Amino acid sequence: MQIPASSPAIDVAGVPTPAAPAPGLTRGRAVPYWLLLPGMLWLTVFFVVPLVSLFATSLQSPVSDNPDDGYYFNWDFSNYSEALSRYGEQYVRSFVFAGLATLLALAIAYPLAYFIAFKAGRWKALLLVLVVAPFFASFLIRTYAWRTILADEGFVVDLLNALNLLPQDRVLNTPLAVVTGITYNFLPFMILPLYASLDKIDPRLAEAGADLYAKPLTTFRKVIWPLSMPGVVAGTLLTFIPAAGDYINARLLGSTNDRMIGSVIDSQFIIVRDYPIASALSFLLMATILILVTIYVRRAGTEDLL
Amino acid sequence: MASQSVKQVEDLHLVRLTKRYGEHAAVDDLSLTIPAGSFFALLGPSGCGKTTTLRMVAGLEVPTAGMIRIGEQDITALRPYKRPVNTVFQSYALFPHMDIFENVAFGLRRRGEKNIEARVNEMLELVELTPMARRKPAQMSGGQQQRVAVARALINRPDVLLLDEPLGALDLKLRRQMQIELKRIQTEVGITFVHVTHDQEEAMTMADTVAVMNAGRIEQLGAPQELYDTPRTAFAANFLGQSNLFPGQVVARDAQSVQIRAFGQQVLLPATKLSTDSDRVIVGVRPEKLHLHRAGGAVPEGRNTLTGVVTDASFVGVSTQYLVATPWGQELIAFEQNMGSAERPGVGETVTVSWEPAHSFGLDGSDDLNAGIDDDLLEVGHYTAADVEAGLVPAPATVPGG
Repeated sequence: MQIPASSPAIDVAGVPTPAAPAPGLTRGRAVPYWLLLPGMLWLTVFFVVPLVSLFATSLQSPVSDNPDDGYYFNWDFSNYSEALSRYGEQYVRSFVFAGLATLLALAIAYPLAYFIAFKAGRWKALLLVLVVAPFFASFLIRTYAWRTILADEGFVVDLLNALNLLPQDRVLNTPLAVVTGITYNFLPFMILPLYASLDKIDPRLAEAGADLYAKPLTTFRKVIWPLSMPGVVAGTLLTFIPAAGDYINARLLGSTNDRMIGSVIDSQFIIVRDYPIASALSFLLMATILILVTIYVRRAGTEDLL
Repeated sequence: MASQSVKQVEDLHLVRLTKRYGEHAAVDDLSLTIPAGSFFALLGPSGCGKTTTLRMVAGLEVPTAGMIRIGEQDITALRPYKRPVNTVFQSYALFPHMDIFENVAFGLRRRGEKNIEARVNEMLELVELTPMARRKPAQMSGGQQQRVAVARALINRPDVLLLDEPLGALDLKLRRQMQIELKRIQTEVGITFVHVTHDQEEAMTMADTVAVMNAGRIEQLGAPQELYDTPRTAFAANFLGQSNLFPGQVVARDAQSVQIRAFGQQVLLPATKLSTDSDRVIVGVRPEKLHLHRAGGAVPEGRNTLTGVVTDASFVGVSTQYLVATPWGQELIAFEQNMGSAERPGVGETVTVSWEPAHSFGLDGSDDLNAGIDDDLLEVGHYTAADVEAGLVPAPATVPGG
């Protein structure tokens, strides 16, 4: 999978800060901290240092109008307001698309994961392999494949048109295509944690629910759903976070009016070479995701998570 | 509970109940009436169909054929959540995300009952868990979880409470304690309990009526003492306690007693304790009914006797367990209480084994003599009376104390 420019946000959320080893630790007790060392070194060199450098870049100003002349550091916080005012639309769109795709993925993945966990029997392993099978092809190729599938002359559009379900007569280069693509690409990240969570639930709990006068839907609402919350939280985070920073789907499946913030950052870095703006956008994206995720986990956490 | 009007409790009827999985019949044409308010045990080895029977009553398994009724109401096709039946699951199936109070209140809430708080507290008191109300199941011991499971089911005042090996996960000491506890609760609430277990001692301790199940059918049904004293099949004789079984031939019978010849010895048994019309029979007697007499010792008049050689004597405190090899190669088990008076016979000694005729029972000669004994405990395979008569029986028949 390609790593979008903003993906370090995942690590920000996911890496616990280890407590500093207390002085006077015996050698045996220090071993766990030594085991941390390679990972810490790796993260320092390839995450912390670039992050600091990125932050520094976001506060630079151009030397002249020509990007070839470079930038100098002068605590230029106006880059942030500039970035927001120029690309606020794409910024908001990113979260809307990512949110829609996450909900869609949850709606598709939950029944599927439920089936695999409780009903698949001996087909369980095979179905799980099929879930991850798309990873055998590159992210980029799979997204290109969707261009063909959703193309104007394709059978999907023909079918939908025949059913009068398409107001614009097309799918490709519309927001629908972008959201569909994101949903598709991140679906396994939703299915797997959901499956892991559901598979841990003792099927006898559902029987106990039925035995205690709960109709199937009530049993689901009161027993299965709350117990699958860890999977729901993990799955939505693993989908939403990378989806918000994604730039491949919007570029390949959307029109220029459907650009997401990932594409903007990409073109600012690579084509326009306005490094301070691109860095500021990256930081804004990261900060927003961090805040949203914190609120989300806090709220979900109050519901008696196991 | 006091708040609820007195409920008309009704009998549970299973009528020709059958459950097939493919060719295999887990429950085979089972008919049974469980009287209202009784403590009923379904006893049998694993795979005998007892749990399947229970699950069909709960509605968690759909019968292939037959009917389940409570009183006059046919519940065979009713969805589980509509049945006036609750289950205490094996390993409890408590809702791990709810505290004890909410677990117990679950059924009441689903039915939109009133007074939930008071009723849950009352129930928690009955099972002595009031201080634990706000704990999660994972924070409690096995015995406590077990009591929560009972409370969660009982609070709904079902017509029938089903218990699926409810004590299986507990250690021996706790199990004994919970047996008494469950019996107390059952007496207190007066609801019909149907208890599934493979532990014969548990079934006998708790139940008013025990049904011994084997291969999807009921072998024998009755009060524990009746089952123990007069088993009707070799399976029942071996599964419920231990038995000495050996083949014989009926030589004379009258209204009171039956005379049987077994390997040249005359054995008497009461006519009421013979379960077959056939002349080929199996004579059975419980190990603790046997008495060992050393050579030269006087045997009281009227007792059945056999002679044999002591091959093993193990002292187990309250009693000594003897293995006595008969001339035809079977080994009998005898438990002698340690009264401390007479000198005990030693290994290798020839002894006379005697017992009261009233303590023997007679089974059909075509039964498998080792039916109902755990295959793991058998040093030899299964055999019939004919095999024994043909001298094909290797010794020993069973492991002592198993």
